[in-house]
Amino acid sequence: MTRPTLAQQLARQGISRRAFLKFCAATASMMALPPTMAPAIAEALGKRTRPSIIWLSFQECTGCTESLTRSHSPTVENLIFDLISLDYHHTLQAAAGEAAELAREQAMEEGGYLVLVDGSIPVADGGVYSTIAGMTNLDMLAHTVKDAAAVVAIGTCAAFGGIPKADPNPTGAKSVAALMADGSIASKPLINVSGCPPIPVVITGVLAHYLTFGTVPELDDLGRPRAYFGDSIHDRCYRRPFYDAGKFAKTFDDEGARKGWCLYELGCKGPTTHNACATAKWNMGTSFPIESGHGCIGCSEPDFWDAGSFYKPLSAATGDLSGLAGGAIAAGAVAGAAAGLYARSQKHKAAASREKMTVDDLKD
Amino acid sequence: MEFLNWVRGPGLEYATVIFLVGILMRFLEMWLIGRKPDLSRPRASASRAGWRAVWRRSLPSEGLMKNSPLVMIAGYVFHIGFLLVLLFYVPHIHFFKDVLGFGWSGLPTPVINFLSILTIAALVALLIHRLIDPVRRFLSTSQDYIVWAVTTLPVVTGYMAMHMDVMPYTTMLALHILSVEILMVVFPFTKLMHAFTFAVSRYYNGAAMGRKGVQL
Amino acid sequence: MSPSLERGINAFVNQIDGPIASYFNSCVHCGMCAHACLFYTETGDPKYTPIYKTEPLRRAWKQNFTFWGRLLSKLGLDKKITDEELAEWETLIYDGCTLCGRCTAVCPVGNDITYMIRKSREAMAASGHAPEGLKMATTRAIEIGSPMGVTIDTLKAQIKHTEKETGLTVPLDVQGAEYLMLLSSAEIAQFNEIIGAVTEIFDRAGVSWTLSSTAFEATNSGIQIGSADLAAELVQRIVDSAERLGVRTVISPECGHAYTALRWEGPNLIGRSYSFEVKHILEVLDELRADGRLQTSGRESARVTFHDPCQLVRRGGVVQQPRSLLNMVADDFVEMPDAGVMNWCCGGGGGVSANERANPLRAQVFSRKKRQLDGLQVEKLVTACSNCRNMLEEGLEENHMEDIEVVGLTELLAEYLPEKK
Repeated sequence: MTRPTLAQQLARQGISRRAFLKFCAATASMMALPPTMAPAIAEALGKRTRPSIIWLSFQECTGCTESLTRSHSPTVENLIFDLISLDYHHTLQAAAGEAAELAREQAMEEGGYLVLVDGSIPVADGGVYSTIAGMTNLDMLAHTVKDAAAVVAIGTCAAFGGIPKADPNPTGAKSVAALMADGSIASKPLINVSGCPPIPVVITGVLAHYLTFGTVPELDDLGRPRAYFGDSIHDRCYRRPFYDAGKFAKTFDDEGARKGWCLYELGCKGPTTHNACATAKWNMGTSFPIESGHGCIGCSEPDFWDAGSFYKPLSAATGDLSGLAGGAIAAGAVAGAAAGLYARSQKHKAAASREKMTVDDLKD
Repeated sequence: MEFLNWVRGPGLEYATVIFLVGILMRFLEMWLIGRKPDLSRPRASASRAGWRAVWRRSLPSEGLMKNSPLVMIAGYVFHIGFLLVLLFYVPHIHFFKDVLGFGWSGLPTPVINFLSILTIAALVALLIHRLIDPVRRFLSTSQDYIVWAVTTLPVVTGYMAMHMDVMPYTTMLALHILSVEILMVVFPFTKLMHAFTFAVSRYYNGAAMGRKGVQL
Repeated sequence: MSPSLERGINAFVNQIDGPIASYFNSCVHCGMCAHACLFYTETGDPKYTPIYKTEPLRRAWKQNFTFWGRLLSKLGLDKKITDEELAEWETLIYDGCTLCGRCTAVCPVGNDITYMIRKSREAMAASGHAPEGLKMATTRAIEIGSPMGVTIDTLKAQIKHTEKETGLTVPLDVQGAEYLMLLSSAEIAQFNEIIGAVTEIFDRAGVSWTLSSTAFEATNSGIQIGSADLAAELVQRIVDSAERLGVRTVISPECGHAYTALRWEGPNLIGRSYSFEVKHILEVLDELRADGRLQTSGRESARVTFHDPCQLVRRGGVVQQPRSLLNMVADDFVEMPDAGVMNWCCGGGGGVSANERANPLRAQVFSRKKRQLDGLQVEKLVTACSNCRNMLEEGLEENHMEDIEVVGLTELLAEYLPEKK
């Protein structure tokens, strides 16, 4: 069976070429490609047949899927998604039980498919904390990834472990990258699209890039596409001028907050967080968290859940220093007293063994 | 990011514990040796002269200005600049407020910026002087250079972190905090202790002189 | 038991106290003390930097009183103090330091470096690393009663001479006198006019005073060599005599270290406070002046300046008195640069003058005093310490400046006493 091309599918769905080109232009811009690339992208995308995609969900909250599917209907992003051959997805597929697993097996037969993962993978105690159809998440992932062309870790859980991996990590949750690194699963080209959840346009943009060029986009040191994760939220934040001017909101309801001053002192993690929120924004470009008056919580960074309070400034310690100080002072006092008393005993010893000097000591 | 989380969390905890335990230990170890009471009849109050000396020796003296103007000026600039940046940069105040439970108002960022540059310049001048002045070169041991480095690094990394375009802020902030941790760990076991013991030394000296009626 | 390295190290440990530990903790090697030290400024040799002279003491502190130091030396990572090292430091500690106290005065962290060097000498003496000259002077002080070998017979001869000259009685061993006057060997042997001067001044002022045949020597070589035991023995002689005579005040003569030895170190050396007061002759004279009992007539027309003995100003606290006294008689009194608490040492204090080995170095560093005097164009250089006086006379002679006359302040005042009614 020959699959219809993307362009044919789009036309059948009533999406105009003009709307499709607009999407391609937006994608090109997000990927920091020159606008002249848009028609090329459109052409490349238009010629592609529906690639097979297997979406695996492990320890996750479905937020990533929600992020994608609950965007305003009907968006091009959405449709693009509909137009790929999403052969397996717990939440979205109609099939259930053995039929569902069969769909996955079938999709895998052709090879060259793309695996999308959301959620972290528990490995503690033999992986018993999350199983699907009697298979541990790890086994399912290992099995599915084996013949995949590439893997996209969707969301911070799949990319970095996310909330399941947060201290004390009872399930032994790991990210896809960690499993590739320790050899538990086959190493395949991996793209981390972090965020809790990731921005929908970033997910589709990455897919568009892969479909257009057939390659993995340029990645940063955390395996995230530079096009979307190259700048920090702080770098692109519209409140940045207030930071530079030293104007900070002190509480969430003070004058500074009303005037839209910088939220650094209220715990904004913008300076250490890399994501496209400040430019791509959310809810069809309506706004992003800082715009609604709340600091960035750093959700697209590893271990963001363990990086201290969301409401303490970045310069604050994440540990309990004042709690430790008491114990440290007590320990220091004990050690000091011991050292001091030892010094005194040295002095006493020296005094006791001291010989009185007489004038005879001066004669040779 | 994991690096930043480590330095902001466990790293800072280790450093704080070593810093506090070390300082207290070194302080008591010194203090408890004690001194014999002075049996000579005092001419004036020893303790008053002692406290006076703690303050007085912070002021510049004419003789020093004449003999070693560079050490004198750069010394003041570096000490004052370092303290102002440490205590009055807003993010630093937030750190202290979080630990101590109270804060204070800070200096505008451009002022801190300027002070940082001055402090770094003074530190560099002091290092060069240490390398070329015959007396200071002669006296200096490896510890003097180590102490210089661990004092200078936090100022430099802090300045670089403040100017976020130089290097990724996450990396710079982590390096800055790490450099502070190194300073804290090294502190109790080197002559950095003078930051606390200077007051004790001045008191002892001032009291010994003061009871003889000598005000210096 | 003879002196040994073990005894020396033991002495270091005995000398180290809280202040010394604090001083070593505080030193940042800023080098400022070098510029305050005569021996560095005049030679330009960094080894004379005051804090460097305390290096053996620092090592002893580190190895015995600090956690890391103990650990390192236990592991053999810190080299032990050796005899060779102490021998090397001997010239720095004895020849290259007059205990003048200028370093103590300038240290920005407040280190009393002079105290540290004074304490180092205890260990140097205990380990046998004291200069020959000082050993001999101390031996004579203990055995004969004076570092210069002056005996009571010499003093008695001087008394007889003075009585003949002044027609006054010089009181000796007078029970119940108010003041016990001490003298220094140099005064008895060289500058004996001082006895007449004191006799005349006290006579006019109606002061009840005496000399003692059992304690006439004020100087204390034990302090200079750094032997608390021997220094205590010398102090004890004075204390015993003063208490036997029942005096209220003991007067330290025109000598710097004799004053600090008796006034400030003495009670700590013998382990108890005195039943009498100790005053420097200038303090007593200034009190008499304030009470109107010391009167002068006539004025000195020569241009004069005053050399503050280190142990009197910086280490003793006698600063204003000489100026008040000098102004009674001098018409043209000029201060030299750095006069008062920051005056420069004559170069022979702290036992350096008794240490022949140090003579060339001492002559070299006199250049500082010469510079202080250059441009003042004084005819008289007044001081209040017979050791300074000796050093100044020698130095001026060597520098062909003999036209400047060196005088003791007490003597100068005695010259202007009103005629006896």
